[in-house]
Amino acid sequence: MSGDRQGTPHWFDDEAGPVVRPYAMTRGRTSTAGQHRLDLIAVVVAQPHAAGAEADHALSPEHLDIVGLCRDTPRSVAELAAELDLPVGVVRVLIGDLAEEDMVRVKRPVPPAELPDESVLRDVIDGLRAL
Amino acid sequence: MIFGRSERGRAPVEPVTLKILVAGGFGVGKTTFVGAVSEIKPLRTEELLTEAGRPVDDLSGVEGKHTTTVAMDFGRISVREDLVLYLFGTPGQERFWFMWDELSTGALGAVVLVDTRRLEDSFAGVDYFERRGIPFVVGVNCFDGADRYPPEDVRQALDLDPGTPVVLCDARDRASVKDVLVTVVEHAMRRSAGHRAPVA
Repeated sequence: MSGDRQGTPHWFDDEAGPVVRPYAMTRGRTSTAGQHRLDLIAVVVAQPHAAGAEADHALSPEHLDIVGLCRDTPRSVAELAAELDLPVGVVRVLIGDLAEEDMVRVKRPVPPAELPDESVLRDVIDGLRAL
Repeated sequence: MIFGRSERGRAPVEPVTLKILVAGGFGVGKTTFVGAVSEIKPLRTEELLTEAGRPVDDLSGVEGKHTTTVAMDFGRISVREDLVLYLFGTPGQERFWFMWDELSTGALGAVVLVDTRRLEDSFAGVDYFERRGIPFVVGVNCFDGADRYPPEDVRQALDLDPGTPVVLCDARDRASVKDVLVTVVEHAMRRSAGHRAPVA
């Protein structure tokens, strides 16, 4: 980047991205209370009783979009961010809100310290070969 | 909308999710690689970062902070209904390396894609995964018109550990990419078996 070469470590104009406007949806929050950082491949599922989410006026349209997307098909955090065209950080906060309200469940992937079972890895290999 | 596909009383299957990272220099074919096997067109997810990439508790007084976005392309392979593999292309630029920490947490393994004409572009990826003990495979993307080198030469030039697999591949070719991914998972299995053995 030309800015870097001139010794300025900052990004200007469009290069800086849409600064913080997307965080208006989270009312400026970048995390929610008592929440571990959600992995990009954590899976989000709408709770059966979330069908009435539309009636909850505390929820924003983006919250409702997430509930709608996860209603029939569980979706990963990365997929939700891509489909809603929102930064991952924003989507994490919104999912945290919904989890707190018990509108969605979040299934975390295998803990980082451990590899999945050997049988799972074998299934992955067989599955890849069969593609 | 309320009447979705899921049947009454039957919860949708919640899959086990796994991820493999695809690293390598700019233009080496990461997104092509992901796209060759993904069941979806590679999606782009973005992360908004403050200047130093530090987590911040709130953004009040943020006027003085500079932010930027990092894009990560990813694809998905449903191995089974209940087993889904995600492939994440890592952001190429060096200033986004801290994003790799998040991406690599819990990753099954990684592919470092290499263009033999710009071997040095892959040093960063090789170094990163070696230092963190993440099982990885070097995939030499055989570009049309580029000279071909035997895998052993690439291994030497990159100064790889003897156990690290080097495979020639074509990032555009589905079968070739599948082979690379199988190699990653097999390598990860061997590594984990090696780690478990002394304990038992």
